[in-house]
Amino acid sequence: MRIGIDVGGTNTDAVLLDGNIVLASYKAPTTADVGSGVIRAIADVLEAAKATPQAINAVMIGTTHFTNAVIERQRLLEVGAIRIGLPATKGIPPMTDWPKDLADTLGRHTFMVRGGHEFDGREIAPLDEAAILEAARQIRKLGLKSVSITSVFSPVTDVMERRAAEIVRNELPGVAITLSHEIGRVGFLERENAAILNASLAELSRHVRDSFTDALARMGIAAPFFISQNDGTLMTPDHMARYPVHTFASGPTNSMRGAAHLAGIGNAMVVDIGGTTSDVGMLMQGFPRESSVAVDIGGVRTNFRMPDVLAVGLGGGSIVRDDGNRIGPDSVGYRITEEALIFGGDTLTTTDIVVAAGLEDIGDRSRVAHLPASTVRNAIRRIHTIVEETVDRMKTSADPLPVILVGGGSILVSEDLAPASNVIRPESAGVANAIGAAIAQVGGEIDRIYSLEGRAREAVLEEAKAEAAANAVAAGALAGSVSITDIEEVPLAYLPGNATRIRIKAVGDLNLSGLPGASEENRA
Amino acid sequence: MKLSSTDLADLATGAAFLGTGGGGDPYIGRQMAQACLDEGLTIEVIDPKTLADDDFVIPTAMMGAPTVLVEKIPSGQEAITALQRLEHHLGRRAAATMPIEIGGINSTIPLVVGARLGIPIVDADGMGRALPELQMETFAVHGIPGCPMAIANEWGDTALIETRDNRMMEWLARGVTIRMGGAAYIAEYSMTGADVRRTAIPNTLTLAIRIGQVLRQAREQHRPPFEALLAFLPETIYSYGRIIFSGKVADISRATRNGFSIGQARIESTADATDTLTIEIQNEFLIARRKGKVAAIVPDLICVMDSETAQPITTEALRYGQRVTVVAVSVPAIMSSPEALETFGPGAFGIPESYVPVRNIAE
Repeated sequence: MRIGIDVGGTNTDAVLLDGNIVLASYKAPTTADVGSGVIRAIADVLEAAKATPQAINAVMIGTTHFTNAVIERQRLLEVGAIRIGLPATKGIPPMTDWPKDLADTLGRHTFMVRGGHEFDGREIAPLDEAAILEAARQIRKLGLKSVSITSVFSPVTDVMERRAAEIVRNELPGVAITLSHEIGRVGFLERENAAILNASLAELSRHVRDSFTDALARMGIAAPFFISQNDGTLMTPDHMARYPVHTFASGPTNSMRGAAHLAGIGNAMVVDIGGTTSDVGMLMQGFPRESSVAVDIGGVRTNFRMPDVLAVGLGGGSIVRDDGNRIGPDSVGYRITEEALIFGGDTLTTTDIVVAAGLEDIGDRSRVAHLPASTVRNAIRRIHTIVEETVDRMKTSADPLPVILVGGGSILVSEDLAPASNVIRPESAGVANAIGAAIAQVGGEIDRIYSLEGRAREAVLEEAKAEAAANAVAAGALAGSVSITDIEEVPLAYLPGNATRIRIKAVGDLNLSGLPGASEENRA
Repeated sequence: MKLSSTDLADLATGAAFLGTGGGGDPYIGRQMAQACLDEGLTIEVIDPKTLADDDFVIPTAMMGAPTVLVEKIPSGQEAITALQRLEHHLGRRAAATMPIEIGGINSTIPLVVGARLGIPIVDADGMGRALPELQMETFAVHGIPGCPMAIANEWGDTALIETRDNRMMEWLARGVTIRMGGAAYIAEYSMTGADVRRTAIPNTLTLAIRIGQVLRQAREQHRPPFEALLAFLPETIYSYGRIIFSGKVADISRATRNGFSIGQARIESTADATDTLTIEIQNEFLIARRKGKVAAIVPDLICVMDSETAQPITTEALRYGQRVTVVAVSVPAIMSSPEALETFGPGAFGIPESYVPVRNIAE
């Protein structure tokens, strides 16, 4: 049996799964100290299913802790930000485009040294090891506990980041070190930003790991636990402690993955309709499609692996105007139980419309009996048009595909949707996110520029696929279960040799026998 | 005119618009220029009319792959080195620098050069948009040789290129760029103030800033951004623009051929799925056809923009399902003369159709 827990900003959700069957689920407000909320959630689902802690094989946790820390500028460490790339890169020093308050919080301790690579792996300059040593000594004087290291084209070759880390570690044993190539892809400033943010979370991430570990121990659960990351795959607690930024988008990802699991299909569009907005994202082979544009976290430009989710202002509390022809984007939100007509208020909302249409029986129906039939008809049409347009916008091809509806506001959609082959409304959709955490797999990725000249494209792709699969196994996937889930090729204009950027993602089932996660620490 | 941070943000938007899908994201250049302002330096833009006839102007630019630029951030010194190498070779100091290409990242490189050297940037350029090769310049069309040209990297390594014509200059410079890591910085088409007035497209730098400003202000004031943009264009030398299509991206294909990013985008009307606009891509958007007929053609600008935000979309960022509005803009006479068309008209890209200004094409 597995337990999936989603620790959100508002609610903590949990499910107990036996294979694919949901035995119990739980939803309660998130507690200020994370550990006690997790303990309550586990105790509740075990109790409800009459299960013992010994019966649990694994616990999967999703958390928004680190996103919130960055957004709130709370509990962040000052960071020694080392950049390897001189004489290039000097034109834009580290943290140039950061919000001032966040840069101040992190202390603006930046060090720029010679080194880095060209796109084809040639050196821009040999690594200036003396300058790295000098930076480490200054970092000691400043008393910093965390360091980020970013080198030009490190996604192509990581040797300089590794060597610099060795020098820093020799000089400052015990300091936390973030290497940019391990958390980001090509796109220097965005990757450097991600590395610095990650470094600033080094203490908090260890604290969160320890509170989860402690909570499970107190519940008598000896099974290993995992944290779900942005792309819907799992990482070990030690991996999370080192790469907390990988949890930044795990919330929406888990929700989409859970929806896929509940509906039993891998390729679909997920429409998660809440009270104020609808989040629409595309599932490809059970995983959310990732965004290709820079993502802002707390005002900082990054290039994290984030699900491409489009939010529109349509929810159960959206305000209806113009005889039903205009809906939202504003909503009465959590005040729906006071302000909607059916609850005695005086604001016409989308929920009032579905009650007036006789599609749902919520609140006091008589309070919406006076609505003109044309208003109700227009509003229902408008709701469906908004969903249809958003779904269509997120599609990658013109072919119709299944749409999975989740979230409390999914009652708004009662008719077929034009871009959908069929509309699926699974049960237990309210805890889709905890289910998504529980079923997460393990992934590996490569993202690199290849020269295709003089080589068969197929051979290059095979080599890249093998490397992605090896990365998945290294991350804890069962070797035989790994499959390639995504291939993306971007031809690079202006460069000779048919230079092409290739991104490949491989995913496999969690290797439960390869546990516990001590191997992770051996790698570090 | 001294540029402010807001001007730099507006320039980034306007330069992306004038980039017609290519030219590279101006983000990096904007950050470098912003770093100059943060250091207290001045970015002074001057009207070409104020140049003395014998003022010496050396344009500066980046050449190479925008995809390399986003990883290997410049030192900020490269284009200055190139300019100084050319000064040394010619034995003349530059009184000002100038963009060679207003579309994309190259609208911003001369700002950094000007700020750091304390010289003004001339409000003009030689492309009036983004174009893929160095010989595609109104300077060249009007007889200014690109050479001697200097090309530099972050180390201060330079190469001086002197060739029999501008095509050969492009060919050699492209090779050096690759040796320099796929992105390099250049100084070329040096000329006098009188030549600037004769051969450059005037006031395109401030035009780009104004376009960004018009779009930003429309958004801030919740007015329709496209109406604001189209109302503004007649006040400029581009004089005419209209929406040629609105719809959703139904298909996008890409490949690399001869060092160019080649592709095709098909946009489907939301009202009638059989009504489609097809756009050919060669680094930039070159020709748009509707029902087999030309709807807009290079050198007129074909700008694909997000229908909601009016944000210009580059060819790399174009994706299936985006709701887009395509705006076509006619170019000033200096960009559409027979000589100009020979250098960067449809024929220069192997397009069989001849140039027809968008204003002469029936809606």
